[in-house]
Amino acid sequence: MIGQLTYLKDVVTLRLDAEKCTGCGMCLQVCPQAVLARENGKVRIDSRDSCMECGACARNCPTEAIEVSAGVGCAAAVINAALGRNSSSCCCIIEQPESANRDSQAPADRRGSSCC
Amino acid sequence: MDQPFVVGRVRTPAGVVPRISPLLLAGDRWGSFKARWGVGRMHYTVDLGLYALGEVGPESPVFVTANYKMSFDCLRESLAGRNGWILVVDTQGINVWCAAGKGTFSTDEIVRRIEIARLADVVTHRKLIVPQLAAPGVAAHEVKRLSGFRVVYGPIRSKDLGYFLDAGLKATPEMRQKTFPIGERVVLIPVELVEALKTALIIIPVLFVVGGLGGPGSFWDKALDHGLLGVSALLLSIVAGAVVTPILLPWLPGRAFALKGLLPGVIAAALIAVARNGAWVDLSGKLETVAWLLLVPALTTYLSMNFTGASTYTSLSGVKKEMRVAVPLQVIAASAGILLWLGSRLAA
Repeated sequence: MIGQLTYLKDVVTLRLDAEKCTGCGMCLQVCPQAVLARENGKVRIDSRDSCMECGACARNCPTEAIEVSAGVGCAAAVINAALGRNSSSCCCIIEQPESANRDSQAPADRRGSSCC
Repeated sequence: MDQPFVVGRVRTPAGVVPRISPLLLAGDRWGSFKARWGVGRMHYTVDLGLYALGEVGPESPVFVTANYKMSFDCLRESLAGRNGWILVVDTQGINVWCAAGKGTFSTDEIVRRIEIARLADVVTHRKLIVPQLAAPGVAAHEVKRLSGFRVVYGPIRSKDLGYFLDAGLKATPEMRQKTFPIGERVVLIPVELVEALKTALIIIPVLFVVGGLGGPGSFWDKALDHGLLGVSALLLSIVAGAVVTPILLPWLPGRAFALKGLLPGVIAAALIAVARNGAWVDLSGKLETVAWLLLVPALTTYLSMNFTGASTYTSLSGVKKEMRVAVPLQVIAASAGILLWLGSRLAA
């Protein structure tokens, strides 16, 4: 798509459980990519390929209706993680294994980069 | 208290709070400029805790931000002419969005900072305005449960704060969407460039030395000839991957960043080949040209791929997918290129 910034198709791990959704709309507020929309009091995934897996929606869902394997889309961080280094030139983090649907904050094994 | 933007002090039931100016001075702008170029970026911080801006009282709103100086400056500048408390939380000097992704701008950190600042004694309301981009690290309902303070997510861009406040803490859908316009892409170029050039500084002497070896003629003449070609190719690749790709990002074909870097990479490689077309006479010259035709696109696509980290819309799943294809190709092209280049010195 020329002139528009959309990343790869059909890759993101975003899942929404309509059963658990109460339609509170917290996820709509925090999503920076307008991925979600509300219809008849329920949230649905409107533009899945726009999702950047930041995990804001899942983290702020009071009923755990959203699940996404959250991380930062940064090639340097992926390389650093593969090489076992923990510094990188961008603000990326080493990916976290657990889903962002947890309440756990900043697990101790999360290695940070030295930047940003 | 001894920070240059502190202009006074405010007495509160929780103690003395520094009063700050919303004005950015030359020193603030110079600090931002340096940070953009990677100078002192990791230690560009402000002290943690509560600050007062304007004529504050117990009813004034509370804004939460990171202890990265540039984040703090953006906030206070956007609040010029308004009153409010600013609560700076410990993100280890990292900006709001990155810190949220890292987990340092977190529920626990906000709750801890509220307690340390004794915010409940300073204000009578129980509301916090937290930047929307902190949401990957902050669970609003958990902050409420743990501290009693209700998180209201402010707009993405601090310049929309005025509208947000006047509209009764409401942001329009546009204010909640992260865009990546050319201006925002351009300011990210210096850091990418500096990082790439740091590595280039190690490679450049090697190019000159190896360029000077092999074949007849004086070492210095050959070093200048082949070494300079290598250095030109290297620098051209860096410009193509770390400058041209970010600028032309929306218009380059492909969705994957490595693929977007292919066009600038091929053009850069073609420029080198054209500049060197006189060398297409013997085996050594041919090997050298082919080597750079492989190395330049490999490096350009690699640097373009690295811009995923600075971009505002790439997912980790997507980055991994493109890397599974791009990295093996880059490694093959680069290895073949290095071998051919060494071969060109041997064949000389």
